[in-house]
Amino acid sequence: MTAQALPKPVGAPRAKLSAARVIRLVAAREVIARLRSRSFLVSTGILLAIVLGSIVVGGIASANAELPKVAIQRSVINALPDMSGYAQTLVSEVSEVEELVRAGEVDAGIVSNSEVSPLGITVIGLDSIPPGLLAQLSVAPDLRILEPAEQDPFLAYLVALGFGIVFFLSTITFGSTIAQSVVEEKQTRIVELLLATISARLLLAGKVVGNSILSFGQTLLIALFSSIGLLITGQNSVLVQVGPSAAWFVVFFVFGFVLLASMFAAAASLVSRQEDLGAVISPITTLVMLPYFAVIFFNDNPTVLAIMSYVPFSAPVGMPMRLFLGEALWWEPLVSLLVLAVTTGFVIVVGARIYSNALLRTGTRVKLGEALRG
Amino acid sequence: MLEVRGVGRSFGDRRVLHDVTFDVLPGRMTGFVGSNGAGKTTTMRIILGVLSADAGTVRLDGDDLLPEDRRRFGYMPEERGLYPKMRVAEQLVYLARLHGLDQARAKRNTADLLDQLGLGGRAGDTVQSLSLGNQQRAQIAAALVHDPEVLVLDEPFSGLDPIAVETVLAVLKSRADAGAPVLFSSHQLDIVERLCDDLIVIAAGSIRATGSREGLREEHSGQRYELLVAGDASWVREMPGVRVLELADGRALFDVDAPSIAQGVLRRAIAADTVRGFVRMRPSLAQIFREVIR
Repeated sequence: MTAQALPKPVGAPRAKLSAARVIRLVAAREVIARLRSRSFLVSTGILLAIVLGSIVVGGIASANAELPKVAIQRSVINALPDMSGYAQTLVSEVSEVEELVRAGEVDAGIVSNSEVSPLGITVIGLDSIPPGLLAQLSVAPDLRILEPAEQDPFLAYLVALGFGIVFFLSTITFGSTIAQSVVEEKQTRIVELLLATISARLLLAGKVVGNSILSFGQTLLIALFSSIGLLITGQNSVLVQVGPSAAWFVVFFVFGFVLLASMFAAAASLVSRQEDLGAVISPITTLVMLPYFAVIFFNDNPTVLAIMSYVPFSAPVGMPMRLFLGEALWWEPLVSLLVLAVTTGFVIVVGARIYSNALLRTGTRVKLGEALRG
Repeated sequence: MLEVRGVGRSFGDRRVLHDVTFDVLPGRMTGFVGSNGAGKTTTMRIILGVLSADAGTVRLDGDDLLPEDRRRFGYMPEERGLYPKMRVAEQLVYLARLHGLDQARAKRNTADLLDQLGLGGRAGDTVQSLSLGNQQRAQIAAALVHDPEVLVLDEPFSGLDPIAVETVLAVLKSRADAGAPVLFSSHQLDIVERLCDDLIVIAAGSIRATGSREGLREEHSGQRYELLVAGDASWVREMPGVRVLELADGRALFDVDAPSIAQGVLRRAIAADTVRGFVRMRPSLAQIFREVIR
């Protein structure tokens, strides 16, 4: 085709470009640019390796925490309750059991003795009897606990840590990625070319969508690797317990991420150089870090968690945590989600305004008030 | 036709554009000249909708421009910029698609344009790996890749070597010949003088002169003549109504009060001597420029 043939006659119809298509194009560029960046791929790889590694190592460690060993005389085996929590050594004679106990090979022995005990067994220990074993073999009274601890506190701590870390890392990583990409466009001036073509709102939307996709993708990979790690180390029960609250976490995460991403983009549009970026995004970084530390320190404090679960910046961590602990009523996540969604909508509108107004002002840092007024 | 009508703009208390009105005709290369800070870039940004005007309108073929109409424009901003880490061809395809072209046509245009601009071999390189001159060519490609119907180029020739100027000029001319209005600014008046069909002069935010290049030169031609004769020309000094500016070895440069006086000088020269040349001086663009911005 020659140059002479290229331009269309003035006024010729041009394919209409829908907002959705513009957002898709911008988002796709963001994703591709990130996937081409070696530092992004390496850091994601390291993150996944750490997740998988810590679960596998944790699983192996807990599997190797050996079961208590018990030597059992064969003749009593049928009289015993379920002994699957113990490593059992079956022998024929009482003397053999005693030998194993004396040698320290087993923690206790169980032999038949119908004369002394109504249970028909004697438990042999070297200097003491493991209390768990005694409780298991004794006749227990009926128990009623009025306020049962729903979750193992250690597991609760781990789940809090997990939600906190995933939300914290994702928003910080991709929030600062968005911020850098906004400043890159300002610093390289391509933003003027872009704004001569598409609106600032669509550009912002495309960036948020693109980085959200990356962030959700990375979070899904983390979830996938965690599940694989839990499955191969046989910790399926953790998966079942955490599952429902993790699903809520994903929903809250989506809104919370978009909320913070818009804030990061708006803040970044105030400056024109990467060197100045730190100063404008640090308040937002703090907003992300606060819930992270709060959930770690206060995951056993229902009041703090209840407040956290409604404050939009911490709800993505706080509400799933309360759901996991079984503290939230059925309607609470819905109300919290509504609060979060409304806040997100509001921040998007304000953020887009700041972004549009500040984008073409290069040079010194734009004051927030000026950017809002336009 | 691109019409700019009564456009005004202030930044805070500073009024940078005042009632700016001009036309850019289809098929014409229109030069937009002015000193630094005269308002060229602000005007171009308003045409592209990157900046809003406080007053006035920009129309294309009689219709007010809507945001989506700006996709029909090719724009080269004063502040150059492309994604430094993105490959040249990918970047152009991306920009073409943002302007509404489909993938196939975006790719075809990119390849054609890079060949025309002599960048065909660098299509797969990142922008940051190109020399400054080549980055400039890539920037021009970015303004043209979506088959724009109107071109608005801020200083398209700055930073280009003479050969690159010719290459870029040929590409721009081909767009103008196909009927696109082309508006380009430049502070290199000699380049504008050679390239433009029409001229717009802006100073301190106001339009000082518009018109075709030749028309403006005609308009700003004074009554200044140059006479070249074989022998001595010092007699010119004695002619009534003549003010001699320069005189040396058979050459006289002089102003007259009326054209008839100049004809009298010519008649006397023919009678007395061999006339080697007689011409009414036409001002260079630089002279017109200095005159109108005063």
